Amino acid sequence: MGRAKTIARRTFLIGSAAIAGGVAFGAYTVARPIPNPLLDRIGEGEAALTPFVIITGDGITLIVPRADIGQGIESLQAHLIAEELDIDPHSATLDPGQPHAAYHNSALAADGVPFPHYHDGAIARIARAGAAAGARVMGLQFTGGSTSTADLHVALRQAGANARETLKQAAANRTGLTRSDLRTNDGAVILPDDTRIPYTDLAADAAAIDLIEDVPLRMPAQWRLLGKPVQRTDSVAKSTGAMTYGIDVRLPDMLFATIRRNPGIGGAVLSVDDTAARAMAGVRAVVPVSGGIGVIADNTWRAFNAAQAVTVTWGAPDYPATSAEMWRVLEGAGTRANRNSRLRNDGKVDDALAQSQVLSAQYRAPFLAHAALEPLSATVLYTPQRLEIWTATQVPAVLRDKAAELAGLPRDAVTLHLLHAGGSFGRRLDIDYVLPAIELAMIVPGTPVQTTLTREEDMTHDFPRPMHLARMRGAVQDGRVRAFDMDAISPSVVDSWFGRIMFAPPGPDALIVLGAYDQPFAIPNYRVTGYKAPPLVPVGSWRAPGACANTFFHDCFLDELIHAAGADPLEERLRLITHAESRRVLEAVGEMSGWSGPQLGQGRGRGVAYAYAHGVPIAAVVDVAMTDAGIRIERAWIAGECGTVYDPVNAEAQVTGSFLWGLGHAMDAELTYEDHAPVQTNFDRFRGLQMYQTPRLEVRLLGQADHVRGLGEPATCAAAPALGNAIFAATGTRLREMPFSKGMQFA
Amino acid sequence: MQLQVNGTTHYLDVEGDMPLLWVLRDVLNITGPKYGCGIAQCGACTVHVGGEAVRSCQLPVSDVWGDVTTIEGLAAGGTLHPVQAAWIAHQVAQCGYCQSGQIMQAIDLLARNPAPSDADIDDAMSGNLCRCATYPRIRAAIHDAAATMQEG
Ligand code: FES
Ligand code: FES
Repeated sequence: MGRAKTIARRTFLIGSAAIAGGVAFGAYTVARPIPNPLLDRIGEGEAALTPFVIITGDGITLIVPRADIGQGIESLQAHLIAEELDIDPHSATLDPGQPHAAYHNSALAADGVPFPHYHDGAIARIARAGAAAGARVMGLQFTGGSTSTADLHVALRQAGANARETLKQAAANRTGLTRSDLRTNDGAVILPDDTRIPYTDLAADAAAIDLIEDVPLRMPAQWRLLGKPVQRTDSVAKSTGAMTYGIDVRLPDMLFATIRRNPGIGGAVLSVDDTAARAMAGVRAVVPVSGGIGVIADNTWRAFNAAQAVTVTWGAPDYPATSAEMWRVLEGAGTRANRNSRLRNDGKVDDALAQSQVLSAQYRAPFLAHAALEPLSATVLYTPQRLEIWTATQVPAVLRDKAAELAGLPRDAVTLHLLHAGGSFGRRLDIDYVLPAIELAMIVPGTPVQTTLTREEDMTHDFPRPMHLARMRGAVQDGRVRAFDMDAISPSVVDSWFGRIMFAPPGPDALIVLGAYDQPFAIPNYRVTGYKAPPLVPVGSWRAPGACANTFFHDCFLDELIHAAGADPLEERLRLITHAESRRVLEAVGEMSGWSGPQLGQGRGRGVAYAYAHGVPIAAVVDVAMTDAGIRIERAWIAGECGTVYDPVNAEAQVTGSFLWGLGHAMDAELTYEDHAPVQTNFDRFRGLQMYQTPRLEVRLLGQADHVRGLGEPATCAAAPALGNAIFAATGTRLREMPFSKGMQFA
Repeated sequence: MQLQVNGTTHYLDVEGDMPLLWVLRDVLNITGPKYGCGIAQCGACTVHVGGEAVRSCQLPVSDVWGDVTTIEGLAAGGTLHPVQAAWIAHQVAQCGYCQSGQIMQAIDLLARNPAPSDADIDDAMSGNLCRCATYPRIRAAIHDAAATMQEG
């Protein structure tokens, strides 16, 4: 392990490391070295050239630490490394690795500071750097916030480049040639006489030499994979039934389990009668788990049935029982005492509102479940010495630590087998579904137990998007928008989520106003105030948290003001926008849709919307038609700017998918509460978009910006306002509450 | 009890009211068909029985009236079914969890209607939820597969 010590002394670690004859390639840009986590896992003759590349005599493994929850990040991580390493990413083994500080997400932490991304002043930069450093120190390995590409794209390309040049140096040493005489292609170093030396033959040599560092990255014109239409690495497995999701794990002698917890989250378990359940065929155990009961059986169906057969008396939790009561809490929460932030305050809003005729409105967004199609599950094998967990998570480091604590084992006794998720949309930022699975596995040491939640349990125990309320006031003058004043009121997702997985950070919760305070408009009198409502149901991050509701409030009310001013919706947005990239996406969507105003005639209408979310400006135009059966969405055009588009095919999928997600939930989805629990607990009452409702879509990504941002969430934010504005244009009815099905019938 | 799945005969000792889905998944370890809702509302569990698409979560195993085909049984002799090939070419899958069911439903549609219109596709496929909303690519892949199958 001599080389490991060398690495630990480096200030900027971009190092290769021989590990007992192997080699690991690494690429960090950190102020203090973090040891390469791969050093512990490779053997004689193998090379872990970075935290992202392992080469052995048998093959190449790429470490792809960001979780694939459907967004295609496994494939993109592999392609980013493979571009520089000169391998076929489909030929490599892709492994999410074990949680490690080397894989912390500094972009997510930096995005958490209360400054818009386009704001690059000194204070914003200092705050972002501080947050990023904090993430590093704490080893925050999160997948979320559409940050994976932004965070890792340079590091992964650099890892591939450094590994490639080191392999070339190893070949040069072996052949007596110089490195500049050598080329690489498809997993091999090529000598001037076209002899191929496979990387796998060079692992031991590469492990024995110093890593070549700071290799210049290839220019986009030289790329053979990036920026081109490539095949996702998971397409075949996902089209043949071969992909192993959490609920597909099969281990020898495995038992199957489920849990039933108090539908009122946090409420007590007052009494349990499990007599009938214990007598059922195949049932091995009925036991208490945190918050409820668990059943272990010999198949999932028997476990589900037995769990239903347990009679439990639940105690009430400490939040209101019904949605109506919760809305009343929110309506009363916009008080001075609850004021949490005022991150936008331009001009003299009070004066402007006193002088003009004032438009005012109240907007609402409901609780929404994540309801990924794959119900939550975890498979756990516990022995008194070790804990192995098979699951999909966005927070592997948090999971590893909490699992170790629960099992009373040291962290390094925990092994995570990180799987593709059958969807997440933010749900797997929590680990509540894994901890009871560990409790159940600890009942039967040495036997693996797969715990699957029923769909009903999954949705009852979601941590939904919170209800969100906005009080809007505004004024227009001389055909222009003059004043815009928004109060956003919501329980705090940050307090609730961080409180569950770590600790609630101090300071204002920017999510309450995200997607509103940070919109780059030059309205002369412009104010956005956040109010933190008391906690209701525990809540979580739902695709574009905060912004998914606030952009609806903000853009639709802006549309109301523009209408009142008698201006054109697209032209007035263009006049008010201050941010060059945002202007370009608005112009692009105008051109794509052939914009000539919101009226299309004959019961048809068109809405434009703009949203700035996760550092990506998105503009959308939606056309709707009134039919005998109700409103039908005919077409949609979406323009966005995320900088370099590394994988154009998947980028289009993320934009359309997140936009349609936004449309479907805006139209017809909500969680309402009775007796402290959601009424909608399955897909009979909560669906999102279906095939017949899907409009024709066109997407354009400009690819001109010099920064790189992710696309898993932003387009969600333009969907609801574009639809609301289009419905107004077609019908004259302004919908201010989601789901729109409350005020409008859809075909 | 005897069950024919993907060309193999299995002898089972299970309750007759156990849904086919759970027999496949937990007894036979055939995990391509997915559990999504358990109440015939999402389509993730779609398999073919006697050549017809059914929701296996709502079909008691004792009521199975014919041979069962799951997604695993499509690629006969290692050649992908044209619908699978179209799914891969169009890169339909995002999380992929719904796609076994989508593919089985699409094959059923094309067996009955070799050249479906968009409206036919909407009618046949709207009971298969995709929470990732891959619907535009599902449509395109079905049209493509239809063309390939007619040529071929
Ligand atoms: S699991 Fe059968 S339709 Fe949803
Ligand atoms: S691809 Fe995720 S549910 Fe369809």
